[in-house]
Order: sequence, then C-alpha cells, then structure tokens
Amino acid sequence: MADVHLPVTLPPLFVDLPRRVEVDAATVAEAVERLDQRWPGLRDRLCEPGPILRAHINVYVDRERGSLDTALDARSRVDVIAAISGG
Amino acid sequence: MPRVVLLVGTRKGCFMLESDGDRRDWSVRGPFCEGWPVYHAVHDPDSDAIYAAAASEWHGAGVWRSGDLGESWELSSEGLAHAEGGLRLSKVSGLTVAHGRVLAGAEAAGVFESRDGAATWSLLSTLDGQPGRGDWNDPAKQPPGHLGLAAILAHPDEASRFWAVVQGYGIFETTDDGASFTPRNRGLRADWPIDDPEVGYCVHKLVMSPVDPQRLYQQNHCGMHRSDDAGRSWVEVTEGLPSDFGFPAAAHPHDRDCFYVIPVDGGHGRVMPEGRAAVWRTRDAGATWQRLDRGLPQRHAHLGVLREGLAIDSLEVPGLYFGTSTGQVFASADEGDTWDEIASYLPGIASVEVAVVA
Repeated sequence: MADVHLPVTLPPLFVDLPRRVEVDAATVAEAVERLDQRWPGLRDRLCEPGPILRAHINVYVDRERGSLDTALDARSRVDVIAAISGG
Repeated sequence: MPRVVLLVGTRKGCFMLESDGDRRDWSVRGPFCEGWPVYHAVHDPDSDAIYAAAASEWHGAGVWRSGDLGESWELSSEGLAHAEGGLRLSKVSGLTVAHGRVLAGAEAAGVFESRDGAATWSLLSTLDGQPGRGDWNDPAKQPPGHLGLAAILAHPDEASRFWAVVQGYGIFETTDDGASFTPRNRGLRADWPIDDPEVGYCVHKLVMSPVDPQRLYQQNHCGMHRSDDAGRSWVEVTEGLPSDFGFPAAAHPHDRDCFYVIPVDGGHGRVMPEGRAAVWRTRDAGATWQRLDRGLPQRHAHLGVLREGLAIDSLEVPGLYFGTSTGQVFASADEGDTWDEIASYLPGIASVEVAVVA
C-alpha cells in the first residue's frame, strides 16, 4: 500500500478525507483514481482534463519528483505538494 | 421585516453581511469557501441558494453552493471543463441565475449551465463562428488580465435569450439559448484600431433596468453607454462624469432612467480620482450626473471597485452597496444619498451582490 500524503488545502473539501491515506495502486495516476473513487471530485482538484497534473500541483514519489505515470510499489511514499504560491 | 444579505466575494473566500430592512446595523459572517478566491457570489431568489464562482491556483475552478444561506457549503466542478485537447478552463466568474438554471461565464470564453443547482455543469456554447473568436482564444494575444467570458445577462421573460460579454470583444446576444449569437456593439467607442466594426469593444459591466428590458446600460473601457433597444444600438452618456473609465454599474430597481457608476482613473491606478471616494448617479438616463459622496472618505481614499463590486437592492427605497479591492464595504440605505462604511478589513473584494430574503 502506497502511503499518500495530501496538502493541507485538500481535506476541507471532502468529507472525512485525512491528510494521509494508504492506497493500493501501481502508478500515481491509479492512486489518484482510487482516491477519486472514495472521494468523488478529488481527481479534479489535482488534475486537469487529460488527465495531467495541475500546473501548481507537484508529486514526489520516495522524495523524487514524479508524474502521473510514475510507478509505485507497496512501500512507496507519495507526497502531493501544492506549490509555494501567492500570499 | 426582511433580511438584507450581502454576498461579498473576496480574494480569500466569500463573506456575508447581514442586516434588517433598515440596513443600518450589519453583522459579518465568513470567510466561507475555504478561503478560495471568489470572483462572483449570487443568490437565487426562488430557492434561496447561494452560488459562488471560485478558482484556486492549486485546485482549479469550481462553483461553491450553499442551500442554507451560508451555514454549509459544497464545491463542484463536475462538467466545468472544455473538451480535452481544446480550450483550457482556468476560471469561472460571472454567474447568473434565471429560469431555473445557473449560467456561468468561463475563461477560456464559454457559457456553462447547470440545471441541478450547480451540482453538475454542461457547456452551452463557446460562441463558435463569432467574429473575434479566433483572436480571443489565441494564447499569443492574451492581455495581462486574459480574455474570458466575464458576464452573462439573462432576459427576465425569455428563457432562451441572454447576452454574453467577452472581455475585450464586446456583447453577443442569443435568442435561441446559445445556438447562435449576434454581436450587439453598434455605437460603442474604441480608443484603438479595430478590424471589424462589429467587435473589439471592452465592455466592463452590462446591466438592464428591472422595469424595462429594452433599457440597458454599460460601463465600458471607453465611456458610459445606454441602449433603448435591448442592445441593438448604443449612445454614449459619459459627459458630466470625471472619467470615461470604470468597472461597475447598477440599475435602479424602479426607475428606468436611474443608474449608478463609479468612475476611476483609466491609467495604471484605476482608483477613484483625487483620493476622494464617490458614486455617481443619473436620474435622466445619462443626460446629467450627480456626485454622491456624503459619508464616503474624501482624503487619501484611493479606492478601486471591480466590475461586480456594486449592487443595489430591490426595496422601495433601494440600498446601494460597493466593495473595494482593498476590503472595505460601503452601504447606503437611501439610494446613494448618504453612506456608511460597514466593513473595513475584508480581503480584496471582487464582487458584491445583495439578496432580500424573508
């Protein structure tokens, strides 16, 4: 199960969405899909149609910059980061 | 006594200011919408629902909705997207509630509709075939503010008829629910070269008299204008105002010849001239103008008000309200004759709308 860490801006938008979720997925895209199944609409908060990651959403897999295609294994840590922006 | 509720869209969420019919004492609630930038919040008088168009730099655009006057809110963007591989939706802004649906203007320019109270959306039109469309969707031709479909004005009686405002290009009217459009910009002025006289005009705010749907007013980048034939032709009514530039406008609810504007400097500043705050009113359809500033700050008041930042209620003696880009809200309970500052330290304000609820 990948260990997914979400940005602080996301949980207020969905009922009972925690900051940290365990997800069974082979890629980042699949992890987003699993989250969207449990919390409908969540994919749209992270991705634009395509899907592609939104311009100011960054994903790191085991501390390396990743993308939707990045592979996950059973012990991957996924950090979803809202880019530093604005005031 | 009715409740008068102001919906204030700010850079850091939506706020609600509430009073009774006297409109003297106000309470403030908020911020709502999780601090997302809210560009326009509106009230549906039939259902009492509130809708707030918002766009987060991180999480995209969506519309927040509340069915209990702000006690709880939900966000949805389901269907708020252009077709894959085509235009990119970065923002929703101008909301309109009419004839049992919500219409939203978007950037890139498009009209979206929701028939289920903003839970789901569908694209109604991107104004295919209209003159200028190629340019306003060309990424290389975007000015700093970008060119979206900023506002939609619905006809009060004809459900399939509305006017869409495309920033920098002008007004487009449809009478068949978006299947076709006609530019409605004849008589407008542009201080720049234009290729096609039908389009190329910068309409900042379009309003209709609630007592006469033939009577429209607009604050344009280049002057104030009036139409007596529902937008088929326009005449300029700027003379008497301190500037031909401004953003908001409001039409009196009971008098077709009365409307309000807030002129600002047209250069970089885009604030009220000379640091003296004022709203301007005409009671004769733009022939003459009256400066209204009793109670408004007259020293070092460099206030800006955006296109949706001025509202008027529907009470017998209407109240006026405006919110500034520096977070103040001013209110008048006597048609603009006198003013009070009713909020001082909100985030920068994009929109003010007013609802009178039972």
